[in-house]
Amino acid sequence: MSFWTRHQIFEKNSVILIAGILVVIAIGGLVEITPLFYLKSTIEVVDGVRPYTPLELAGRNIYVREGCYLCHSQMVRPLRDEVERYGHFSLAAESMYDHPFQWGSKRTGPDLARVGAKYSDEWHVTHLTNPRAIVPQSVMPGYPFLAQTEVDTAVVADNLKASRVVGVPYSDEQIRNAVADLKAQADPDNVGTDAFAKRYPKAVIRNFDSKAGAPTEMDALVAYLQMLGTLVDFKLYNEKANLR
Amino acid sequence: MQQSQCTKWMTHGEAGLMLFFSMAAFVCAFAAAKALDAPFAFHASLAAVASGVASFAIMNRYLDRPASLPPEEINGKPNYNVGPIKFASFMAMFWGIAGFAVGLLIASQLAWPALNFDLPWTSFGRLRPLHTSAVIFAFGGNVLIATSFYVVQRTCRTRLVGDLAPWFVVLGYNFFILIAGTGYLLGVTQSKEYAEPEWYADLWLTIVWVVYLVVFVMTLVKRKEPHIFVANWFYLAFIVTIAVLHLGNNPALPVSVFGSKSYIAWGGVQDAMFQWWYGHNAVGFFLTAGFLAIMYYFIPKRAERPVYSYRLSIIHFWALIFLYIWAGPHHLHHTALPDWTQTLGMTFSIMLWMPSWGGMINGLMTLSGAWDKLRTDPVLRMLVVSVAFYGMSTFEGPMMSIKVVNSLSHYTDWTIGHVHSGALGWVGFVSFGALYCLIPWLWDRKGLYSLKLVNWHFWTATIGIVLYISAMWVSGILQGLMWRAYTSLGFLEYSFLETVEAMHPFYVIRAAGGALFLIGALIMAYNLWMTVRAREADVGTELALQAAE
Repeated sequence: MSFWTRHQIFEKNSVILIAGILVVIAIGGLVEITPLFYLKSTIEVVDGVRPYTPLELAGRNIYVREGCYLCHSQMVRPLRDEVERYGHFSLAAESMYDHPFQWGSKRTGPDLARVGAKYSDEWHVTHLTNPRAIVPQSVMPGYPFLAQTEVDTAVVADNLKASRVVGVPYSDEQIRNAVADLKAQADPDNVGTDAFAKRYPKAVIRNFDSKAGAPTEMDALVAYLQMLGTLVDFKLYNEKANLR
Repeated sequence: MQQSQCTKWMTHGEAGLMLFFSMAAFVCAFAAAKALDAPFAFHASLAAVASGVASFAIMNRYLDRPASLPPEEINGKPNYNVGPIKFASFMAMFWGIAGFAVGLLIASQLAWPALNFDLPWTSFGRLRPLHTSAVIFAFGGNVLIATSFYVVQRTCRTRLVGDLAPWFVVLGYNFFILIAGTGYLLGVTQSKEYAEPEWYADLWLTIVWVVYLVVFVMTLVKRKEPHIFVANWFYLAFIVTIAVLHLGNNPALPVSVFGSKSYIAWGGVQDAMFQWWYGHNAVGFFLTAGFLAIMYYFIPKRAERPVYSYRLSIIHFWALIFLYIWAGPHHLHHTALPDWTQTLGMTFSIMLWMPSWGGMINGLMTLSGAWDKLRTDPVLRMLVVSVAFYGMSTFEGPMMSIKVVNSLSHYTDWTIGHVHSGALGWVGFVSFGALYCLIPWLWDRKGLYSLKLVNWHFWTATIGIVLYISAMWVSGILQGLMWRAYTSLGFLEYSFLETVEAMHPFYVIRAAGGALFLIGALIMAYNLWMTVRAREADVGTELALQAAE
């Protein structure tokens, strides 16, 4: 029986054809995806990577909502020009708590993986409100409405809770104090700042939009941008141990 | 259902769906009242209204219909079900024009950023998913559903399975599009490219898609032909694989069942891999396998020639679906994805060139002995040029998946150019060609209102595509080279901003190309509209077509 006659079994049975399709399309995905969950070398061993603070997470959700990933990557490749332009190439460990990942696929604007602490808060606020006020040639949309919208505190704790279920290690204490922590991070005079700093060591506490009152979406987004790429201290990072 | 001729009963489907939609209306109304955020309240209300309308529509349809369902055959000929196909074709044209128009708007925003208007719902970041979803899933999806329902009936010589089920598929799918699209404008997104709809839209799509699969497969099962025609293999691979990809990429935990926000189950590097396993195979199975099925039916039909090689179609079918699944990691070259995965992705992407060109050769060579028709039939010309674009994009893709090439092309407009040579040239043209064939067949017209207008459409759109992709090639390669340019002293030569400035003229040219493509589609819509309308004046004669001019 020739190959072509044998093949008729697929041409004459829709169920066998479906089974054939399922087997053939399963192989590639299984080989490429499953090892990523158990190979230890997939995610580097580093110090410093922590879950986002409630304010940063709120900012990240705004970043997601506005589709920033469509023009900004968060993935510095290990190429000479990129490392010199943006900083140390990105590690898998740096986005291990990212649900979803925001590596992006297009750089209409620059990479943001290491934008944290590069510009002042004021620069970010002005730039987000009207990009062309600071960078005349920019093609970025303006986001003036962020400064006028307060962060919705009703869902902050639930956001942390849902994140914990999908694998981000928030503690009970962090979830319990989510709203207090959100307010404390955007207000250096807040009574809760010490407790906040204990729960999120090295997190920056500033009034990011320099406006009095409840944290705005501008506070949240700038808090997120200002921490991007700052968690790992690359002076201490052991590159050889993580070669793969 | 087996009822006697005189008594009229509701079928299980009618009763079940009415019950389902009545309950859905209450559940959605309840969800709207309890909603935590405004977009969720809006969507739940929309769903409540749609469910209510669906219940009434089913009741009305039942009251109006004769006691027995439409027969399987009339005078020994299959009684094909064309209603849902007509609807999906109409929606394809509607969403196509909407999607191209939004594309033109966002292209213009990149050239003239003031067009973002500083409002949340008109900014590039929210409109871009609207554009991609409208053209891929709304336009492309409706073309695929329409043609698959048409082709599976004709090639199996049997009526589509189900009475309400096909309507459930086309209406349910378009409702999904409505929820997804309005969601983007309101900021409801998972921000996974081409998988942006949030959890509740994903759940609804899953239901619709399973019904689609069941209708398609059950129609195959009751076919009157011994063999399953090659186009149906591709449709089946498309439907099955899209289901797998959708389920694999989208598991998410809603923050609340009364809110729109969810967190995706996968994180970081695994999420990236899942995303591009999905993303690249949305290209491979939605935009390629599905549209190859269209090629395998409509080109032989229009050219009146058999498919060139049956054996080639067997080999390239299995090779294509096996290799495509591996190609995802080429979207993640030089990233934090492990090297071994990147290398696998690149290797399989290069191999993918072969089955892709197998398909192209099979499509083009079908024209053997009928090449002269390209001079006289602009519809066939459109179909053939689409296959040529397919061949070009499937050469360019493997080339761009080579890591060294990718280090230059990635993150630049070259990718956008590559995508659009495939999307406008291949998917767009093969869809246009199929619709130009389908509309006269569905509405029982002798031919199109005007072949001259098809010719106009062909040339406007072709010039538009050429402008678009050449502008993006130049801007992409230019920007990639500027990013890595060094001065003689060893400093980076250009600031990022200088590379943004350099893009402006190409963004203007790109927008002009997009505008031409949109104009072509408007010409098409007019032509199809007149084709459908023409016969109202005078039934069935060519003279009527003349008079309508």
